[in-house]
Amino acid sequence: MPGSWRSARLVARRPENATARTLLLEAPSWPGHLPGQHVDVRLTAEDGYQAVRSYSLAAPADGGRIELGIEPALGGEVSPYLADTLPVGADVEVTGPLGGWFVWHPERRGPVLLMAGGAGIVPVIAMVRARREAGSTAPFHLLYSVRDPDRVWYQDELAAPDASLRVDTLYSRNAPPHTPRLPGRVRASDLPPPPPPPTSPPSGTAPAAPSDAAPGTVPSSGPPSSFPSREGKEADLGTQCYVCGPTGFVEHVGNLLVTAGYPPELIRTERFG
Amino acid sequence: MNTFSPGFQGRTHRFEGRLPPGQYPTEDFPVLSAGPTPNVPTDSWTFSVVTEDGTARDWNWEQMKALPQEEPEVDIHCVTRWSKFGTRWQGVPFDAFLDDVETAADFVMAESYGGYTTNLPLEDLQDGKAWLVHTYDGYPLSPEHGGPARLLVPHLYFWKSAKWVRRIRMMPDDDPGFWESVGYHNYGDPWREQRGWSD
Repeated sequence: MPGSWRSARLVARRPENATARTLLLEAPSWPGHLPGQHVDVRLTAEDGYQAVRSYSLAAPADGGRIELGIEPALGGEVSPYLADTLPVGADVEVTGPLGGWFVWHPERRGPVLLMAGGAGIVPVIAMVRARREAGSTAPFHLLYSVRDPDRVWYQDELAAPDASLRVDTLYSRNAPPHTPRLPGRVRASDLPPPPPPPTSPPSGTAPAAPSDAAPGTVPSSGPPSSFPSREGKEADLGTQCYVCGPTGFVEHVGNLLVTAGYPPELIRTERFG
Repeated sequence: MNTFSPGFQGRTHRFEGRLPPGQYPTEDFPVLSAGPTPNVPTDSWTFSVVTEDGTARDWNWEQMKALPQEEPEVDIHCVTRWSKFGTRWQGVPFDAFLDDVETAADFVMAESYGGYTTNLPLEDLQDGKAWLVHTYDGYPLSPEHGGPARLLVPHLYFWKSAKWVRRIRMMPDDDPGFWESVGYHNYGDPWREQRGWSD
């Protein structure tokens, strides 16, 4: 019984910028989800042909109300239809929530570093919103890499002051006037310094890489590190990093973080395309 | 009459029989991984097969390259719904690593540099169904796609084709790997659409 599909009605569509759209869907008896999870959306043509794609959930559910962020892919089969053609009031089918790894648990108190590239902001804003909704005081720092000022999603929301949410927008091609940082891809100097490694790791944590290993190098002998340690108490101590965006962005930022000394087991990644 | 998605046309009709249910064809080679990409130099790379009594057989890079090589051309299917047709690889048929192995185990855990794991029935690695590959489309396999070497098990969803694989550990009893522990199907047959626990 592959998946279980439920009907979902488009109740509102909102432009986020020239191309990106927020879609609000009403999916009766939606079970809820964690920030970072996604849904599969299924479309059916008149002749019965079906197409399915995955889209990130952009906010905690409000009853059966779910919010998706759609960046139409040039020449895409599904995303341009969802972004601009599907009529408000019409139905699609959805299944989910999906994805149990690239998620933030609102009860986690430790600091979080979010790194989003382009449309990779969608599952990341879901974490920011879930934190706000839960009244969490976990320190959040968002680094948002975007090509041009007119490509920014959630502009007003991200500009609103919030004492324990720091947002740095990093323009990769064109920055607004008087932006001190030169446009360009994310650099090591854009990253906050990693927290110092604990001097004696609590029992149950992954063994630290030998200090003489080159950054990002995996020792060729010895036990495998307990990669992606499941949500445990020990993970509460370190800065949890979430990296989402196109593959090139995720590869680049993942390497920068590891080189800077962020523990690989605390870096979770999700890629678009 | 269809009541969903009015006005949707769709245009992927031409791969019937080759495209598993719920998949779409892509020309790209998307990447899926849960964490940062490990950097594994070939001069310190080793690959091991470890039986349930702890006996290990090891190969370094040169020894692996000296084993018989094949050039499989296969379709691959990712659980994130893309399928890619006619991918061309070069590597060692997995049977070459299992020839001298004495085991009564029915399952294996594939363990990777960086700590990724995935579980498979041993028989899914046997009889020409799987490879350890180091070359993609004529070039050394790039790190984000699992280089220097990964498993290739094309008849299962692609998360079973562990990137950066370093060890195959025989298990008398089945045990879930990484994605299998967080909601993905234990076996992952794309033709039966075994995506998640509820499938």
